[in-house]
Amino acid sequence: MAKFLLRRLASSIVLVAIAASLAYVLAAASLSPRSNFEGRNPPPPAAVVERELEARNLNDRTPIIERYGAWATGLVRLDFGESWDGTSVNAEMARRIGVSLRLLIIATILGSVLGVLVGAWGAVRQHRFSDHAITFASFVILSTPVFVLAVLLEIVAVGVNDATGVSVFEYTGEFTPGLEGGFWTLAVDRLQHLVLPTLTLVLAQIAIFSRYQRNAMLDVLGSDFVRTAQAKGLRRRTALLKHALRTALIPSATFFAYNFGLLLIGATFIETIFGWHGMGEWFIESVRRNDVNAVAAVSCFAAVLVLFAGLLSDLAYAVLDPRIRVGA
Amino acid sequence: MSVPTEQVIGRLADQRPGGGPPLDETRVPSRWGVVLRRFLGRRLALAGLVVLAGLFVLAFVGPYLTPWTYTDKDYAAFLSGPSADHWFGTTQTGGDVYALTVRGMQKSLIIGLLVALFSTGLAAIVGSFAGYFGGWVDRTLMWMVELLLVLPAFLLVAILSPLFRGRTWLLFVVLLAAFLWMVTARIVRGMTISLREREYVLAARYMGLSGPRIIFRHILPNISSLLIIDATLNVSAAIIAETGLSYFGFGVQPPDVSLGTLIADGTTSAVTFPWLFGFAAGLLVLIVLSVNLVGDGLRDALDPTSGA
Repeated sequence: MAKFLLRRLASSIVLVAIAASLAYVLAAASLSPRSNFEGRNPPPPAAVVERELEARNLNDRTPIIERYGAWATGLVRLDFGESWDGTSVNAEMARRIGVSLRLLIIATILGSVLGVLVGAWGAVRQHRFSDHAITFASFVILSTPVFVLAVLLEIVAVGVNDATGVSVFEYTGEFTPGLEGGFWTLAVDRLQHLVLPTLTLVLAQIAIFSRYQRNAMLDVLGSDFVRTAQAKGLRRRTALLKHALRTALIPSATFFAYNFGLLLIGATFIETIFGWHGMGEWFIESVRRNDVNAVAAVSCFAAVLVLFAGLLSDLAYAVLDPRIRVGA
Repeated sequence: MSVPTEQVIGRLADQRPGGGPPLDETRVPSRWGVVLRRFLGRRLALAGLVVLAGLFVLAFVGPYLTPWTYTDKDYAAFLSGPSADHWFGTTQTGGDVYALTVRGMQKSLIIGLLVALFSTGLAAIVGSFAGYFGGWVDRTLMWMVELLLVLPAFLLVAILSPLFRGRTWLLFVVLLAAFLWMVTARIVRGMTISLREREYVLAARYMGLSGPRIIFRHILPNISSLLIIDATLNVSAAIIAETGLSYFGFGVQPPDVSLGTLIADGTTSAVTFPWLFGFAAGLLVLIVLSVNLVGDGLRDALDPTSGA
């Protein structure tokens, strides 16, 4: 088992390196930092532009392979280079990474756990009203893009705020700038800002996972071993949780890895809409400002997370399915 | 993938107690007849199809119903609500929201359909070649799939968006399709591997048919159910991807509009001027919802054993 995971880890590192390189080459070929200087008034002297671009390894007149070489040498020391305006990409990343990770980790945990529970519950109560209601709701949420869902929740939050006369929910930024007070005041303030963005992402996750889990669970519920488990005298709850749900979790573990890319994109929309200064928002800004090094850094971050999710799902697979543990 | 006999018999048996026409023993319904009947039996899928047809009519006939076009500006009405003159109200610059919305629907629908068609086609070819030939072809293609799955398609298309800025939107379609085929390709590969050793494929091989011929003549037709279902569900995925990219300005470029650009323009004033956001967002959700309903219905009709 450990050998299998180590092998996966090694191949993941290779894949991250290749994926980041691909992202860098594509970004370097398609984005043009030079255009950032062209719109200025008065126009900077050509020599200055050359020097500035050269200093940041962004000069499009240098062959792409040389630029890639310089970038890759930096990356080996975990140095992502500089933005086109000279700020350090690493420093910016350090500022933003926590914001994104907080959103992603909470949403992943809440979303997948609740989604699995809701889906399994729906399957057990198949054809009853609650099952129909859940299936219908998840179908509608699945068909609602995140950027619409976020705004809808924001409208509801505005309604709640107006109705209660207090601002219960905050929907810009991740905290109130310049707010003074003790630990609890700040914590409550953070929480108020956290609820809406996280809820948007969690709802979308629940919709996807519950649908998937319900189908997986229905496949298992009719099988012989669940009937046997109940026939040999296990309580219904034990039979369902220990035998049926455990088996039905295996396809969901695989799905978890597939779904993670979508979760990242969803977080990008949410950060932009709710004004969180996270990695996703940075990516959008960087593409707009032709910031090649920053774009490559966020792509690298995304690749690492996707592969990490893949490793987690392998691990879950091994825990759930004894055949894997013995086999590998 | 033939229709299980029990089902055909079941269908025939169903007709008996209804007191309908006498059972004609020699008439066995064709596969597509069975599929069609099963699909029509699903009320929600049928409703999805009807709504989708209505939305298509609205998108392509709708522009002729109003004197305004999506580029017109009414300088007498800025930010006015829905009225008899402007059915969906007007924007900050006096654009007619109805004309803009139907134009945006056209773009989103066409792009969604084309992307789904291209990406499913690509997935079918890559997946079946990898599965049929195996060996290094399989390893290379699947390695590519794995690599592209590591980087979300959204990021790649956003990075490449300057390449199609100022050029035709068809380039955008090609790019989007080029990054959305991977998951389907994996499924196709799996199914091809299970078909590869079937007798009719072996027979074709021993008759001397070339690999690509066998794939196009015998393997792909046999997984057509999966391809049809996936193509349908890919339409909704493609529409969400397109509107999402356009939302950030990485997709359809102004002066042209898509539902994504309209929603982006309306988001900041969704509470104060709801018509700027509501119509585009509502129609987008309706489109995706009805495509998903049709896809689900098709899955149930084509592949009743999937248990969904």
